[in-house]
Amino acid sequence: MHLLYQIFIDPFVQMGSAPDLFAQTLWEGMVAGVLYSLIALGFVLIFKASGVFNFAQGIMVVFAALALVGFYEHGVPAFLALVLTIVVMFILAFAVERLVLRPLVNQAEIILFMATFGLTYFLIGFGEIVFGGDPKVMISEQLGLPSGSYQIKMLGGFVQFQKIDIAAAIIASVMVAGLGIFFQKTRIGRALRAVADSHRAALSVGISLEQIWVIVWFAAGIVALATGIMWGARSNVSFALQIIALKALPVLILGGFTSIPGAIVGGLIIGIGEKMGEFYWGPLLGSGIETWLAYVIALVFLLFRPQGLFGERIIERV
Amino acid sequence: MRAPSGPEVAVGDVLLSIENVSLSFGGVKAISDVSFDIRKGEIRAIIGPNGAGKTSMLNVINGFYHPQKGRITFKGETRAEMRPYEAARGGIARTFQNVALFRGMTSLDNIMAGRTLRMNRSFFWQLLRFGPAMKEEVEHRRRVEEIIDFLKIQDIRRVPVGRLPYGLQKRVELGRALAMEPELLLLDEPMAGMNIEEKEDMSRFILDVNDYYGTTIALIEHDMGVVMDLSDRVVVLDHGIKIADGTPDQVKRDQAVIDAYLGVAH
Amino acid sequence: MFYREAGQYKTSYAADQALFPILQDKVGMLLILFAAYFLVPLFASNFVIDSIFIPVLVLSLAAIGLNLLTGYTGLLSLGTGGFMGIGAFACYKLSTYFPGINIIVLIICSGFFSAAVGALFGLPSLRIKGFYLAVATLASQFFLSWCFIRVPWLYNYNVSASIEVPSRTLFGLPVTGPNATSITRYVIVLTIVAVMTWMASNLIRGRIGRTWMAVRDMDIAAELMGIKLLQTKLLAFAVSSFYCGVAGAMMVFLWLGNAESESFSINQSFLVLFMVIIGGLGSLLGSFFGAALIWGLPIVMRNAPLVFGIPVTAATMEQITFMTVGVLIILFLIIEPNGLARLWQIGKQKLRVWPFPY
Repeated sequence: MHLLYQIFIDPFVQMGSAPDLFAQTLWEGMVAGVLYSLIALGFVLIFKASGVFNFAQGIMVVFAALALVGFYEHGVPAFLALVLTIVVMFILAFAVERLVLRPLVNQAEIILFMATFGLTYFLIGFGEIVFGGDPKVMISEQLGLPSGSYQIKMLGGFVQFQKIDIAAAIIASVMVAGLGIFFQKTRIGRALRAVADSHRAALSVGISLEQIWVIVWFAAGIVALATGIMWGARSNVSFALQIIALKALPVLILGGFTSIPGAIVGGLIIGIGEKMGEFYWGPLLGSGIETWLAYVIALVFLLFRPQGLFGERIIERV
Repeated sequence: MRAPSGPEVAVGDVLLSIENVSLSFGGVKAISDVSFDIRKGEIRAIIGPNGAGKTSMLNVINGFYHPQKGRITFKGETRAEMRPYEAARGGIARTFQNVALFRGMTSLDNIMAGRTLRMNRSFFWQLLRFGPAMKEEVEHRRRVEEIIDFLKIQDIRRVPVGRLPYGLQKRVELGRALAMEPELLLLDEPMAGMNIEEKEDMSRFILDVNDYYGTTIALIEHDMGVVMDLSDRVVVLDHGIKIADGTPDQVKRDQAVIDAYLGVAH
Repeated sequence: MFYREAGQYKTSYAADQALFPILQDKVGMLLILFAAYFLVPLFASNFVIDSIFIPVLVLSLAAIGLNLLTGYTGLLSLGTGGFMGIGAFACYKLSTYFPGINIIVLIICSGFFSAAVGALFGLPSLRIKGFYLAVATLASQFFLSWCFIRVPWLYNYNVSASIEVPSRTLFGLPVTGPNATSITRYVIVLTIVAVMTWMASNLIRGRIGRTWMAVRDMDIAAELMGIKLLQTKLLAFAVSSFYCGVAGAMMVFLWLGNAESESFSINQSFLVLFMVIIGGLGSLLGSFFGAALIWGLPIVMRNAPLVFGIPVTAATMEQITFMTVGVLIILFLIIEPNGLARLWQIGKQKLRVWPFPY
């Protein structure tokens, strides 16, 4: 009885009695959610266009961030470093298409997925050799990102909004809007959607799969770079970050693997759900439930809707 | 093309009866208020232009699709919908339009898979294999070999089915369905994509199955010649509605049928 | 020319369906068993046994477990580490509560605990398919990892959240704990792995294996054969987890001698998955190949510079190993997506026709 009270009544009482804390947690959750969405966005881009679940997205985030900081530490001014990193991500996209995607072009998706595992391990080793294994500090100020925070008196207390988080939300929104327009309105965007539907059909109307894949991996690389900057601005850049990629999976399950708005919605739900869950229900179970809560949320969700929130209903025809 | 075979199987009572069945997907009506029956021992053809709902009809009989309205009576038992497991248990076997073989397995294993319902040695014996499990395996292997002989696919026993040409795959699929010792065999376009010789072979197999094993057969087929020669009775669907039902000769002359096919008849 | 089946015909179905129908295979297997039981203990050093043979055997068993689930039944699972952990902790608790019972019995029993949990986490597999199922198994992996730290009862409230293996004996010989010799532990591991591999191959060749593969290849058609999907999938999860659980228990009791929660993390799951991919999905032999390669390669690479006299730091070597493993995975998938086992089959095929080219 007491347990039921603890699970179903108490947390909400707490929320109500300290609304400023509630708002703070909600905000923290949204911030985490935005970052999750960014990672998920990278996955969606690649999955949409090539049907590949790119496990290496996480390491790409780290790699991009490290490259940026690496250039800066070698004396390159911040904005030039940014440009150079973009070039590096393009080279990476090109290399991946040439060396990994092209030889495996007709294989089953699971094979391609495994290949991205290999890519991940390779980039981990390569990255550590080139950049060293120590955590690095992101060059947020040099890039013009704001620091400090706003403290707003509201709801009977104080709620703190880090400026960098606000910047992250804005940048993410701009990126999502831009990508959305790109996919819907431009010729290349249309081609990408065609490729996502059917490789063979796209080939038969003359779309070059190779070009599309390079573009898509490059776009994912840019998203990875933005993600890396944003994540790195809040905490240091290190290789441990790459496991965050796995967190994108629950996001993708909720939002669907091919939906850009879905990635946002999914990210926000997971971010908020996680933070609230940890803060209000965490003490019941012992701390650290953040490590698995998102997955359990996704699992429960899948049981009711096996194709995700925005995913397409798969009607099996025999 | 009817082979001069042994004694004709006497066509008996109604084995399967479809009553007022309607099926829709979202807004699309695949089948509207269709009723017909299949008698024991006969070969019943279901024909109609593309999109008429023929495969959907088979799927309803199988239990893959559940009709929104209507009833199915099989072997005397009436139900609103069938479930795949009940259909299999009850003795309904099926082949598919696009050959649904287990591609990772050999022909032999595929056909042995058809015996699964009848194999019930427990997990414990399966672990050890010698003893009861082995005896069961050998006994069923014997039955499967009979089918392999019947279909003349001895030399492709150990070939993974993914590597077989289309015509042979269809034969293996037929073998797998036969392995279930079905009372009702549903064949979805068994001749699709075959040349004349392959069609003759398949026709002979179908007739032999009906004659030798007494299996009731319902088949969907586009080749009119095959339909006319093989079947005892025909039901014609068009846009999900039944437009004719009778012997091949009756159906051939039905105006509605001719119209539906726009005068195209082999 | 050497590997010819000509002249070997079978006169009964039973003989035809034997495990090693070809004489050369039978002889080969006996030779391998002979080498494993007699030559290795005689000639291999304790170091080699401890650092290569025992780990490869234990990991092969885990790989077989995962292969049964993912390779034969087509259910992608990223929860292997967690299931291994259940076996390990179950064995530890059992040995605490029943100190008198034979440790091998306890190791096998702990497999049942893993099987039960595995079946439980396998329940979603009826509704959820393919890739989404992998995410469900991630939920089980992360949850179990969390449990291994957060449930102190599991490690007997040890302050460092790790478990130390108690000494146990068999017929008077110490088999676990610091007094057990490498050879004793090796022979026990070898026997358990050999017997369980034999059982797995029996399952695969019979009704259950066919059912699993049918579900993998086309579950709709499988349903038509009267195969009950949920039971088949749950059985796959249960058996697979059993194997992983026994492997986990052996890992702690007969190999490492201790364990922390990190031993059964997501990284362990990935490691075993790589073994299965590289070795060959759907092949028991491949599980051994994969384990040998994934485990052996870093060891070879770590020692190679010393052999060649090149000065390279341990950290750099590890990074190069990462890169090499990554490249190897990609290369394998390009050249032979069916893994080492398929390469082995191709090799045998060439042996059949040697010295002719085809």
